[in-house]
Amino acid sequence: MAGITSYGAYIPWYRMNRKVIFEQMGWFNAATAGVARGEKAVANYDEDTISMACSAALDCMTGQRREDVDGLYLASTSLPFAQRQNAIVISDALDLRSNVRTADFAGALKAGTAALLAALDAVGSGNGASWMVAAGECRVGKPGSAQEHTFGDGAGALMVGTKKVIAEFKGSYSVSYDFLDYRRLTEERFVHPWEDRWIREEGYGKIIPEAAQGLLKKYNLKMSDFAKIIIPCPMTNWIRGFAKALGAKDEQVEDNLQAAVGDTGAALPLMMLVAALEKAKAGDRILLLSYGNGSDALWFEVTPEIEKARGRKAIQGHLAKRNDFNTYGKYLVFRDLIPLEVGIRGEINPPTAMTVLWQQGRTISALVGVRCKACGTPQYPKHSVCVNPECGAIGQMEPYRFADKAGKVVSFTGDNLTFSWDPPSIYGLVDFEGGGRLFMDFTDCRIEDVKVGMPVELTYRRKYSDKQRGYYGYYWKVVPAKG
Amino acid sequence: MPKGIKNEVAVIGMGCTKFGELWNKTAEDLIVEAFQEAVADAGIEKKDIDAAWFATIFDAENVGKSAVRLATTLKLPYIPVTRIENFCASGTEAFRAACYAVASGAADIALALGCEKLKDTGYGGLPDFGTLLGTDNRITLPNFTAPGGFAQAATSYFAKYGLTAEEGKRALAHISSKSHHNGTLNLKAHLRTEVPVETIMKAPIIAYPLGLYDCCGVSDGAAAAIVCRAKDAKKFRKDPIYVKGVAISVSSGREMFHTSWDGSYIATTVQAGIAAYKEAGVTKPREEISMFEVHDCFSITELLTYEDLQLSARGKAVEDIHNGFYDLDGKIPCNPSGGLKSFGHPIGATGIRMIYEMYLQLQGKADKRQIKDPRLGLTMNLGGFPLLNLISVSIVGKDL
Repeated sequence: MAGITSYGAYIPWYRMNRKVIFEQMGWFNAATAGVARGEKAVANYDEDTISMACSAALDCMTGQRREDVDGLYLASTSLPFAQRQNAIVISDALDLRSNVRTADFAGALKAGTAALLAALDAVGSGNGASWMVAAGECRVGKPGSAQEHTFGDGAGALMVGTKKVIAEFKGSYSVSYDFLDYRRLTEERFVHPWEDRWIREEGYGKIIPEAAQGLLKKYNLKMSDFAKIIIPCPMTNWIRGFAKALGAKDEQVEDNLQAAVGDTGAALPLMMLVAALEKAKAGDRILLLSYGNGSDALWFEVTPEIEKARGRKAIQGHLAKRNDFNTYGKYLVFRDLIPLEVGIRGEINPPTAMTVLWQQGRTISALVGVRCKACGTPQYPKHSVCVNPECGAIGQMEPYRFADKAGKVVSFTGDNLTFSWDPPSIYGLVDFEGGGRLFMDFTDCRIEDVKVGMPVELTYRRKYSDKQRGYYGYYWKVVPAKG
Repeated sequence: MPKGIKNEVAVIGMGCTKFGELWNKTAEDLIVEAFQEAVADAGIEKKDIDAAWFATIFDAENVGKSAVRLATTLKLPYIPVTRIENFCASGTEAFRAACYAVASGAADIALALGCEKLKDTGYGGLPDFGTLLGTDNRITLPNFTAPGGFAQAATSYFAKYGLTAEEGKRALAHISSKSHHNGTLNLKAHLRTEVPVETIMKAPIIAYPLGLYDCCGVSDGAAAAIVCRAKDAKKFRKDPIYVKGVAISVSSGREMFHTSWDGSYIATTVQAGIAAYKEAGVTKPREEISMFEVHDCFSITELLTYEDLQLSARGKAVEDIHNGFYDLDGKIPCNPSGGLKSFGHPIGATGIRMIYEMYLQLQGKADKRQIKDPRLGLTMNLGGFPLLNLISVSIVGKDL
């Protein structure tokens, strides 16, 4: 029987108090006072949907074997690339096999559950043993809008399969409507919303219940059969009454993450499910609902295997690692909403050679270096001649993965001279557990946090943007490790 | 074992422009100025030169690729001219090539000339490196700068010897303050102001822990040297200086890619020092070297060099610094010219400019900064960064 076999999540380090937004933009739209509460998670300058979904997927790989994964689906309405499959970037970063099935799911906020259902169908029909589903969002609300407050950045990931299932998939019910609550053309950045009261009452208020009740009827269930009900609706004030109308009690309703993260769109149902799984116990039934051009309702029953699927950051681990982000101007720059005088250094932008990326392959994407078969020294990038001065063997290299290794700082600096979107640019030498040394960027830290000898861990980020030529380069950086 | 070129080559003429922000001078102006001074100093004519080497790095700054810029500027008459680019050590590399040419007999008189016009970039400091090294490096390396590359050596050194940032920076500040003082005594220096230690300590951070005054001047300038075989030198002048050794050591990749290097020293300086001392027959450097010019692109580089060249014992540089060992009136004055710190650093010219200072000191022509009766001078010219670099060390002397 198919079901969820692992879970993971990602929430960016930066959290912005929504009052900061209101202080800057409330003069224009006083009505946003109603949504200007709590915090929203804000992607760092080097993060986007691909990098965050990849981080969630890496978290979800905890205890999983890369070789066993047969497919990867990515869901989002804020995919960086219109052409160049976004999912394959993550599949490569995870160092999955080449004979995997990958696809992007986009367009509707229910894309997250659509991808999950497709993956469940794939493993349920015997087309694969194990399938990764990642969903991420990095949506930008137009300055002055309510969405500027409500939208948050983050990602969730689920592995589905038929063995060692932690939450068995019991069934689903879907409805689809061309309900025009929000719309956006391919070439546009910001959504066009219709009136929020209409969206609330005719959208969330009717479409989610229709899917939920359709599922209950189909499987002859009652709302009280569920330990947790996931209603990915950002309207926190209203959700309690809404849940009551659905026949659910307060304690059954999973937190909608709006106070600490924000509306992560297509990723929200998956992230809320991850939060529910973190505290679930065997026998719990979970009702997962989604919303957006219809609704998918899925139900799961948690198995005793859930106890073996701990030891990851998931939602709670990421919520605990945070940093205040209270500079609205910096937020506008990070999201490319205002032009910045980057100076002549910042204007330097040589073209990226696609041939070189293809030659480097997993060296760059998955941080796969080499290890000398003669002396065992790990090294990065690919070397033909062993760098160990005692060895120097030629052509004795085998692939060696650095991506899952812990590191330690050898040297560092915070560079105010070089161009960076968030100066100082912190970088240095890092030695890895088991050997090997890389000269790397540090991220999600302050210069005063960094010390020689400090433990660090790897994170997948957007290294640079070349909008002039339609390219984002992704690579690995290090962040201070917990502990 | 190669016998080397000790006492085979002499410097018979040198020239050096004033270094600085020479907004209204072109590379051509600077090349001509350094060349004319050197030729006049050697008492030769252009037609006497058999071969030339040209050192320059950033061809984008109006010098272009290849050696033709030097040949066409000076209208050299179809002689061999070669451009050398080996990071910031290019100047000494051009000098080394010229020395080898005359030592081998391939040329009787050779010219080494370096020039750089850094103030045509439009910003302070050298260009960023990460973005300019090709696609794979752009992705896999940080977008690092020179100060960022050297600042890492400071964090590693401080950590290794248990120095607080304050203690470490205070030792570095002494170095920079000393070099600024020496620069005030040098008419050709870029920066000619005294800077007290406290000002240095409080300066804005450029790359942690290095502040503004830990960084050298980025300048325009040119320098030239004319060499011949040592046995012919007295035909040109009574006070030539003699080349005792010129060594270069290039990173093997160990520092950047292997965990055996701890970042607190420059491996190539150690090797180039050993090689140069051996070629020159120097066995007790702390006693035999009279003075030296080092590549103080950043104050930390100068500190590391004291130890790497075996002048200070490991971990003892800070003690020597505070004791004034390397001050102008100390036992072994370092950077009497003002160094890169205050004389300036037009990259291609720097290595030759260092030899120029040793040349003037050995001839007793160093004006107010003259060191008393020096016999042996050393230059250390660095290209790259502590984790990936090349180091030239040359030793010159007054006597054969």
